[in-house]
Amino acid sequence: MTQATSSDEVRYQDEGKARRSLGRVLTHNLSAKIAATPMVVTVLVVFIGCTLWTIWYSFTDSRLLPTGDFVGFEQYERLFNTSRWNRSVSNLIWYGAFSLVLTLSLGFLLAVLLDQKVRFESAFRTIMLYPFALSFIVTGLVWQWIMNPTLGLQGTLRNMGWESFTFDWIAQSDMVIYALLIAGLWQGTGFVMVLMLAGLRSIDDDIWKAARVDGIPAWRTYLFIVLPMMRGVFVTAVVLVGAGIVRLYDLVVALTNGGPGIASEVPAKYVYDYMFTAGNIGQALAASTMMLVTVMIIIVPWAYLEFGGRSKKS
Amino acid sequence: MSNPAQLSTNVALDAVDNKGMRLEGNHGPRPKPFFTPKRIVLYSILFVACLYYLFPLYVMVVTSFKTMPEIRFGNIFAPPIEFTGEPWVKAWTSACTGLTCNGLNPGFWNSVKILIPSVLLSTVVAAVNGYGLVNWKFKGSEIFFSILIFGSFIPYQVMIYPLVMITRELGIYGSIWAVILVHTIFGMPILTLLFRNYFASLPVELFKAARVDGAGFWRIFFEIMLPMSLPIIVVALILQVTGIWNDFLFGVVFAGTQNYPMTVQLNNIVNSAQGSPEYNVNMAATILTGLVPLIIYFISGRLFVRGIAAGAVKG
Repeated sequence: MTQATSSDEVRYQDEGKARRSLGRVLTHNLSAKIAATPMVVTVLVVFIGCTLWTIWYSFTDSRLLPTGDFVGFEQYERLFNTSRWNRSVSNLIWYGAFSLVLTLSLGFLLAVLLDQKVRFESAFRTIMLYPFALSFIVTGLVWQWIMNPTLGLQGTLRNMGWESFTFDWIAQSDMVIYALLIAGLWQGTGFVMVLMLAGLRSIDDDIWKAARVDGIPAWRTYLFIVLPMMRGVFVTAVVLVGAGIVRLYDLVVALTNGGPGIASEVPAKYVYDYMFTAGNIGQALAASTMMLVTVMIIIVPWAYLEFGGRSKKS
Repeated sequence: MSNPAQLSTNVALDAVDNKGMRLEGNHGPRPKPFFTPKRIVLYSILFVACLYYLFPLYVMVVTSFKTMPEIRFGNIFAPPIEFTGEPWVKAWTSACTGLTCNGLNPGFWNSVKILIPSVLLSTVVAAVNGYGLVNWKFKGSEIFFSILIFGSFIPYQVMIYPLVMITRELGIYGSIWAVILVHTIFGMPILTLLFRNYFASLPVELFKAARVDGAGFWRIFFEIMLPMSLPIIVVALILQVTGIWNDFLFGVVFAGTQNYPMTVQLNNIVNSAQGSPEYNVNMAATILTGLVPLIIYFISGRLFVRGIAAGAVKG
């Protein structure tokens, strides 16, 4: 049986070599190629074509329709002279830095806590992960209500007699970014916790035995032995959380809609508003190209590692 | 060391798969008497964390059953004194979105109309892709796959305007079909990866034997591969149903006012309604929108975790 298959394989390969004329290459395994059409079209037209189109038209002065003349970097100059864009970028940097550090550290901390032979572990896990199943719109609207200054948490505690209690971040332009952060963390930490927990559970038991024999306390084992071994999980988490941060849009729309004023604007919202409400395509495309550049800065080193590794393996 | 990112995802998957996150995998210290000071601190921290996670759910539910005068009294903790189901009825049938006053129910049905074809189409396309990539490699197929995965990280905002133009050319812009197409496109990377990895884990002999027996591309797919891929199909379905239901951006851009999915209508009801806001109706509407993914989450349990761990490659 095995022999039949392998000799068969050889025959196929030989046939393949003999048939390598151009027409044959196209018709060989025709149904397989037809089946791959959606993927090929998506890659060529959407991922490559649309992206190049966007980059190209970001150098034009298109307004309502993408028909403008080539103007070089003018749109980008305007972009970085627009206070709303600069505010969006600085918001994203602040939100991103806090979100990345807090999501990862809280996710890891929760995973370590759940790794202590906790009773009802699966109940805890279920509770921590359920927000991740919800839409950002739902998350945003719930927290908008909780943070309502008069009737939400602040109003309630003041009515109860804690007169000085202040939790009106959503209405303060210098604090609104932390309001976003609270909602974002609520939704995202559970997911990182699950990733980290899976990482912790994949560490070899012998490591733990050895550490215990050497008398290293558990917290030091976690911090100095297990944590470095989980580098891969951390890299994955950073890439995922990072890509999510750049895309941040729905949550802002639902929670603050960019307000108060422009205090919680983010780049993704800038793009959408210029594209579909302000009717300034060139400006929107320049902004989206900047988003692309940001993502590439995060992704390229990671992809380099991944594909470098893959070629080594094969 | 060679391949940290991919390795970690595999590790995550394996750990979830094999150990199913049961207690055997724990690395904590040996079991001790239950009430040591350390354990009390541990459980207190976990308890406080759970309060943070559960608080919004509690507030949503409690608020949605209160009357407006009670809400204006200003205590979001208090359970309703006068229990009312009216906000739910209003949220479903007559809440105003700024344009119309039909409640959420048209949005719900729009979401369903978008959801079913999108999920089916994206899953089928991805299954065929994955199968082709494993068993019917052609020149360049791996390159296309790599770009596909890489492309999933491109922000949607970069591709959205050209896609508007393409769907307009195709004559489907502003209909549910545009949304379905876009969901199929952007669901493709992660689902293809999912199916590719699954088919790659099946024994090659199966495919070879069928090939020797003269079965072609589609016959092997339908008679051998598809019947064996039920577990991964379930994971794909969970991933897609929650993802598409929760989508906001594609709905608002491509669907057109008449076809807005539930998330868009919810946001319109809460954020663009005129007059004094009715928080109880808003919260009832919010719960209604979150209900579908929550039900899937609680039913599917471990499979959901597996889905997102697999989705971890893309996010």
